[in-house]
Amino acid sequence: MTRFRWFLWGVVAVAAGLFGLFAYQLSQPKDEFIESAMIGQPIPPFDLRPSVPDRPGLSSADLADGRAKLVNIFASWCIPCRAEAAQLESLRDSGAEIVGIAIRDRPEDVSAFLQVYGNPFTRIGADDISEVQLSIGSSGVPETFVVDGNGVITYQHIGDIRPEHVLTILHELREAGA
Amino acid sequence: MKKLVFLLFLILAAPLTAQDSLPPAPYAYQQLDDPALEAKAHELMVTLRCLKCQSQSIADSDAPMAGDMRHQVRTRIAAGEEPEAIRAWLIQRYGDYVSYQPRVTASTWPLFAIPALLLLGAILILRGRLRKAK
Repeated sequence: MTRFRWFLWGVVAVAAGLFGLFAYQLSQPKDEFIESAMIGQPIPPFDLRPSVPDRPGLSSADLADGRAKLVNIFASWCIPCRAEAAQLESLRDSGAEIVGIAIRDRPEDVSAFLQVYGNPFTRIGADDISEVQLSIGSSGVPETFVVDGNGVITYQHIGDIRPEHVLTILHELREAGA
Repeated sequence: MKKLVFLLFLILAAPLTAQDSLPPAPYAYQQLDDPALEAKAHELMVTLRCLKCQSQSIADSDAPMAGDMRHQVRTRIAAGEEPEAIRAWLIQRYGDYVSYQPRVTASTWPLFAIPALLLLGAILILRGRLRKAK
């Protein structure tokens, strides 16, 4: 009989533990970021036409030219992309080479956006059907990838770059060999 | 009058929302001509998660990115790719999160093992009791 009672207490303890776990998980903030599983992988081959007249387009070969770069996924219709413009400028001023991929965007809209918020990009490719974005595991705009000189993705920053992220990104870029 | 003009402006103003300006990808809303291929594509699409509106499948979602994912699925199916290969391609990029189809992996095997163990335990206990009752 006592053995049976211990067993029942055990059941109660397991149930209490489960409820504790639920309570803990429910009190945690929701993580809506989907990290790319492509970190450490080479960028799949692609070739995007120029998004604006005054910058060349972007291909995977451009990313494997021996120099580490930042690849910024952005769009003129994306509000947080405006907020990170100043941080992209300061990254460029610190010596980072930044190339852009414009998602689902019209050339005239991209030009107008760059006119207002600055153009830190050396190349901008137009990804009209999010094909390249999907191929590197990016799930939104803006996102910024560090790509080393061999075209291998080494780091992903999800969301707009805030002032406190600049040093981390510069560090990751140096790690990648820039 | 001023109020009326203001209201009019409000109504006529182009909404400044996070929406892209391009038309959807060709096969975002266009079904494949071959009904068998379309059925194959649809079967896969209802089991892939939209990355923008994360509680919807890409078949259900009107997010532009879901449309672009449907375009990927349909063009790849039309090109003869197997649905499971397309799923694997996406999982390689986004992890298991992108798929609604459960998989047995190093971290998910208890989900499959525990019910089986409980069932086995229940059968053993029942057998013991029934024997006692005889």
